Amino acid sequence: MLKEVPREEVTRLITLFEAAGAVRVGADVLQPADTLLDLYGEEIRARAYVTTDPLRGELMLRPDFTVPVVQAHMAQGQEPARYCYAGTVFRMQEEDTGRPSEFEQVGFELFDRGDRARADAEVFSLMSQCLEGRGLRAAIGDIGLLSAAVAGLSTSEKRRAALMRHLWRPRRFKALLDRFGGRTKVPASRAALLARLAEESAEKVLAGAGVEIGKRRPEEVLARMAALQADAAEPPIPEAELELLDDLLAVRASPVDALEHLRDLAVDMPGLGPALDTFAARLDALADAGVELEALAFEGSFGRTLLEYYDGFVFGFFAPQRPDLPAVASGGRYDALCRVLGQGREIPAVGAVIRPALLAELEGA
Amino acid sequence: MLKLGVPSKGRLMDKTFDWFGARGVGLKRTGSEREYAGAVEGVEGCELHLLSAGEIPAALADGRIHLGVTGTDLVREKIAGWEQRIEELEPLGFGQANLIIAVPACWADVDTLDDLDAAAAAFRATHGHRLRIATKYHRLIREFLRQNGVADYALVDSQGATEGTVKNETAEAVADITSSGETLRANHLKILADGLVHRSQATLFRARGGDWGEAERASLAALKGKLGI
Repeated sequence: MLKEVPREEVTRLITLFEAAGAVRVGADVLQPADTLLDLYGEEIRARAYVTTDPLRGELMLRPDFTVPVVQAHMAQGQEPARYCYAGTVFRMQEEDTGRPSEFEQVGFELFDRGDRARADAEVFSLMSQCLEGRGLRAAIGDIGLLSAAVAGLSTSEKRRAALMRHLWRPRRFKALLDRFGGRTKVPASRAALLARLAEESAEKVLAGAGVEIGKRRPEEVLARMAALQADAAEPPIPEAELELLDDLLAVRASPVDALEHLRDLAVDMPGLGPALDTFAARLDALADAGVELEALAFEGSFGRTLLEYYDGFVFGFFAPQRPDLPAVASGGRYDALCRVLGQGREIPAVGAVIRPALLAELEGA
Repeated sequence: MLKLGVPSKGRLMDKTFDWFGARGVGLKRTGSEREYAGAVEGVEGCELHLLSAGEIPAALADGRIHLGVTGTDLVREKIAGWEQRIEELEPLGFGQANLIIAVPACWADVDTLDDLDAAAAAFRATHGHRLRIATKYHRLIREFLRQNGVADYALVDSQGATEGTVKNETAEAVADITSSGETLRANHLKILADGLVHRSQATLFRARGGDWGEAERASLAALKGKLGI
């Protein structure tokens, strides 16, 4: 069945985005798979259609526009720059959830080295203006607060890095945190290895393990054994800090109440301070842009289950009467993604997408 | 007509014929050794279709056959949301094999998925590419690793001689079917302590979709009676 593209919504949104200063850009439907795989990892294969081209190798039907827009911006960009786009994106559905595997996306991206709080507020308020009167509710979060909280834990650099790496995988994050905090025991085989290493040299343990094979070198095995020994000597993360992190993740309040609560938490975790200042500056900028803060819901863990992509401000607009629908619009700041794509070049960016078909569906209901 | 799909060659076919035969249901090829059709003796209105074992899951999912014998691993790998489309009737007690994740035995520091994840992070930082796992079970392995929070790996396709990929340095680890673990050991690999992804065996399945008329239902009831399931 050929679905009707909600043309009126698309035109309306593009007109609003252009009026906000955006240049309309396009992107190929077929994108090189390696860039996306490198960014998102193997998990993207479960969500994107991969195909093979005899000349160009593995290609993906674009799962979003962000990556090609960032690349185009880096190739040509003046700054600050605003872009908008509209087109179909493709998402494979591995379970039969009834969700479409191709749908329209209309998006806006802002690249600006200036005041980040203002840039965040500009994108958010533009989205809320576009969605006004549709009865949607907005939720916001801040991945920057979570990373600051992890960075502020009193434990080894390696443990903090391991936690940071799994920020977007809540279950694994929790399991690591529980172990680093001494809430769960070290796996039996790890304990056995550590006991052996206490009695004989790492070289001897390695020599007894088997024939050297594969690309991972013996030095790498030795280095990790040394890291395991160092980690075993590390004291557990204090219970108070674990509770603080649990508390932060569980916050659900209006942004102003959340800020107050988080300031209380920061008394025991001073590392949160700068991230809270950023958060507070963003709230001020939002208020200045005419956003009604009381209507927003702040959620401590918002944005954690998305692709690891956003690393600061995150937000979504939802239809409260239709909890079965995904976010009608979503967006956030993705400086880290640009850093990876820019190979070291810093390009602060914030953007958002709207799904016009969902808007049209809500209108029709 | 109730269509029963059975693997068309090898031990899996022989054992399936034996299993049904022992319960008074004779499965037979009709015509020559090369013909992929057959008969079911002892049950009215049931016919035998000899298919490649790998095609049976899709034939069941589409309802092209009513019943089929294949491994539980293939059904899970090939059919998304398989439980909505296929029902497990009876495990047959043969064709047992475990889908496992194995790494070089010389990785003295790696014994669990937690270790694998940490090793993958370090490997990527050192070598500039993700730690590669060779397999033909892409969906099952990706889902298993996702649930267990392993990151920084890449699956590379291997349709055969998977255990050799580590020595050839086309992969750092493997995810494959094994029954005794003999081939893994011979290739200097070890199974992760928590690396059992799925315990597979030959199983009789029923298609939920397809053409289920009164005659097919009656034949199924008769067959189930004979088989004692």
